[in-house]
Amino acid sequence: MNTFIPTKEDFLRGFRKGIPIALGYLPVSFTFGLMAVTGGLSPWMAVFISFSNLTSAGQFAGTSLILQGCGYLEITLTTFVINIRYMLMSLSLSQKIDPGASFSQRLIFSFGITDETFSMASMENGRLSYSYMMGLISGPILAWTLGTALGAFICASLPESVGNAMGIALYAMFIAIIVPPSRKSRPILAIVAISIGITLMLKYLPAFQFISPGFRVILAAVAGAGIGAALWPAEDTDH
Amino acid sequence: MSDTLTAVLLMAAVTYIPRVLPIAVFRKEIRSPFIRSFLKYVPYSVLGALTFPDIFHSTGNSFTAALGTAVALLLAYWGKSLVTVALGAILTVFLTGLIM
Repeated sequence: MNTFIPTKEDFLRGFRKGIPIALGYLPVSFTFGLMAVTGGLSPWMAVFISFSNLTSAGQFAGTSLILQGCGYLEITLTTFVINIRYMLMSLSLSQKIDPGASFSQRLIFSFGITDETFSMASMENGRLSYSYMMGLISGPILAWTLGTALGAFICASLPESVGNAMGIALYAMFIAIIVPPSRKSRPILAIVAISIGITLMLKYLPAFQFISPGFRVILAAVAGAGIGAALWPAEDTDH
Repeated sequence: MSDTLTAVLLMAAVTYIPRVLPIAVFRKEIRSPFIRSFLKYVPYSVLGALTFPDIFHSTGNSFTAALGTAVALLLAYWGKSLVTVALGAILTVFLTGLIM
């Protein structure tokens, strides 16, 4: 635990751990690039979204609200609500971070905490150094950005008939994210159903017409997760 | 309609803040089972609310969209990867769009 490990070696050790994550990110970010450009964003904007956000669900949701022309508050709140789960991961990781890591070093590597890098870092024995964390996150950041660029620039050259069919891509990705856990966990299935039910109610009942699409999502999501957390408090919340 | 770059920068900020605060600033554990469960469930409730019913209007034709949705649900149910699910849905919409 207290053995001294040279910085470069630590970086490489982290980098190797990040390679499988990076490989997994490539096709997903590729699809995101395709989707964002099909929706009407410029390829460079799609790349910038991936580089600056480095997250899946939050950036997909935010991007779909941007494409729908929603306001700043709705976009920001929805993205934030999805991403507050990172607080749990960061909290959990903060117990393992080398106490010698400086404030500015912490500012830098915490940018790269994702569901996957968190899981990998959590499985390490002993303290996590700044170099290790930098090694771990650099591959995934590169792959997430590069995959988006490939998808975005390839999409920009696709014929329009293919482009129309791509409209469903983002929603299909959402389905791919929510269905497998809904299959395994009854509470998650119920929460998804409740949220969809509330969305339908807010969208089609005349009394709720004043609520904008973005706030509809926020209300439905907060109510669904809130009801779920009250009825089925989860035992294992660290993935 | 919002300016896209501003919206993206706001998204980046609210993605970074939850990551950085516990590691750089405060380091207290969240103990409340309600809040922990809420944070665990919220991505699924958001994505559910975002997907339905909007997916049925995503291709300009409710019929091709419904078929694409069905294929996506099936592939996801069988545990196929995110990319396979997306490609399956796109291909279904594209092919049924040709026939229609």
